[in-house]
Amino acid sequence: MSLGTGKTRKGTAARKKAAGRTQTETEFELRLYVAGQTSRSLAAFANLKKICEEHLAGRYRIEVIDLIKNPQLAQGDQILAIPTLVRKLPEPIKKIIGDLSDTLRVLVGLDIRPAS
Amino acid sequence: MADKKAGKARYSRAGIPKCPSGIRGLDEITGGGLPRGRPTLVAGSAGCGKTLFAMEFLVRGALEQGEPGVFVAFEENALDLAQNVASLGFDLADLAARKKLLVDYVSIERNEIQETGEYDLEGLFIRLGHAIDSIGAKRVVLDTIESLFAGLSNEAILRSELRRLFRWLKEKGVTAVITAERGVNTITRHGLEEYVADCVIMLDHRVTEQISTRRARVVKYRGTRHETNEFPFLIGDHGIFLVPVTSMGLDYEVSTTRISTGIPRLDTMLGGKGYYRGSSVLVTGTPGTGKTSVASTFADAACRRGERCLYIAFEEGREQIFRNMRSIGIDLGGWAAKGLLRVHAGRSTVVGLETHILTMHRLSDEFKPKVVVIDPISNLTEVGNQVDVKAMLSRLIDHFKSNGVTTFFSSLVSGGAPEESSGVGISSLMDTWLQLEDIEKSGEHNRGLFILKSRGMAHSNQIREFLLTDRGIDLLDVPVSSGEVLMGSTRVAMERRGMEEDRQGRVEIDRKKRMFELKRREKVARVDSIETGFLAEAEDFKEYLRTETNRQEAARKTRSALGRARKADPVRAGGNAKKPASSRGRR
Repeated sequence: MSLGTGKTRKGTAARKKAAGRTQTETEFELRLYVAGQTSRSLAAFANLKKICEEHLAGRYRIEVIDLIKNPQLAQGDQILAIPTLVRKLPEPIKKIIGDLSDTLRVLVGLDIRPAS
Repeated sequence: MADKKAGKARYSRAGIPKCPSGIRGLDEITGGGLPRGRPTLVAGSAGCGKTLFAMEFLVRGALEQGEPGVFVAFEENALDLAQNVASLGFDLADLAARKKLLVDYVSIERNEIQETGEYDLEGLFIRLGHAIDSIGAKRVVLDTIESLFAGLSNEAILRSELRRLFRWLKEKGVTAVITAERGVNTITRHGLEEYVADCVIMLDHRVTEQISTRRARVVKYRGTRHETNEFPFLIGDHGIFLVPVTSMGLDYEVSTTRISTGIPRLDTMLGGKGYYRGSSVLVTGTPGTGKTSVASTFADAACRRGERCLYIAFEEGREQIFRNMRSIGIDLGGWAAKGLLRVHAGRSTVVGLETHILTMHRLSDEFKPKVVVIDPISNLTEVGNQVDVKAMLSRLIDHFKSNGVTTFFSSLVSGGAPEESSGVGISSLMDTWLQLEDIEKSGEHNRGLFILKSRGMAHSNQIREFLLTDRGIDLLDVPVSSGEVLMGSTRVAMERRGMEEDRQGRVEIDRKKRMFELKRREKVARVDSIETGFLAEAEDFKEYLRTETNRQEAARKTRSALGRARKADPVRAGGNAKKPASSRGRR
């Protein structure tokens, strides 16, 4: 598997599940900032994909930005750490840094699950 | 490349290559600037000027060295930063437009950030690398990178990444300034000195008796000799200004040129020529003895020679000095208008001692005077203790001396022995010391001036009476009468008496002269009369001789006629008829 360059992805399975839900129709717009295809970046993307499929099926978009190719994009979202996941929508903006290996913390960070 | 070459060329002598910071004074104490191509840590507590220090380093680099710079701001955004430094005359927008400076604001909001698993700070590296490459930066500032510790919780990652960052900066070959908060027992709060070990500069901001002073100290600087003292610095209208102390010490060149004091009689007292150029002159005196007048006269003399003079006044305002000096015939205002004189007047208590000294340094750097007058230095003790004042003044004097600037200080003393009461105990720093004294006698106060010391020249040991006239300062000889010094009206009385005596003396001489003339005439007359008498006698005598001769002749004739008549022997000539001829036959 390789990282795309800023494509929107929606899982097909997720779309079916989402159709049955009514409570949260909020679209999640996520950006994953990486620097080259390092093992950490790949792990982060895989972890993110998995979490999204499980919890946000059908209502999320992931944009992967490789800062090595587009270094000027780091400033806009105030990226320091790699990898960084930015939740652009819904507002407010949230950032999760790291390889996203701790699913629970990712869910808390994305406000999918309350922090309790 | 050029930098590297220049660095190598200097490698053998100066140690490591230096990068001129452009901060006035700093390059002197660091022997040329910050270590080129290496990071420098600038540590200090809040408000001590770290950000300004860092910004000036970039701005000076961009403007004076042609080295573009990147400012990574962790605390303020670009707009705030630009506004804050605009007061120092730094136009960041202009520099940014000319691609000389790039400000990258890095913000880390901890409440926005969730940490899950492993990460690194590659994003920061990429941003920084991109910024450096986009303008070809040679200088980088990270202000204050310790903000990362507040934003990110995984200290282990942070530390290893910082270590990597500083190594990376070195590899990039940029000269970096990293600012950091001061720690309680450490140089920085988070121990950044562990990573940035080439050069550490500490800034400090201390308040003593409600007056604050900023100081800087080079804590360490690998591979180079540097000054280790604390140096006060100012944040003025043109950025940071450290006391430049290049030539701290006594190894400056000395001049044998002499310059006039502005008072001809005083020049005479000082070996006939005045002060040495580049020497330090102190005039002490109790209140109202004319210190300012002596100072102004010296300033006036400097301006007359066409030299620039800086006059620092702590007691009177500029216009007041001009007015007062006009009353003794010195037009300082005219010199100020011609640009030869600059008067800096201000109360000494407004700012701290260091700030005063710095201001003097700054003014003298800008105005480049040949003569500096400080009137009076004793006021500085109001803002610092004697030890401080002496230390600062000795630095100041050394600075001026090394530049061949003649310094003139006045100092208010409270009477008594001048050695003890010269106010700031700086007599040992002074080459020439004039003492003005208020001498009370016979119900009046008079001013006296004498030279307490004057190194390297024969000088008068006498007290002169010091007069302020509408044509300037006048020094008068002081008559001594039966061991007492006479001044003021007693001197005038004495002089009157002297004049009277002189006059009487002259009258006596005239009289004697006349008497003598009469005597001479009398002599002549008597000689004449004796001569006349003598001539008469001589005449008588001749007459007598003549008559007598005639008579005798007549008598002889008569006798001879009688003899003929009697057939007597003829009378021989000579009349020796008595001796018979026979007596001759006996022989």
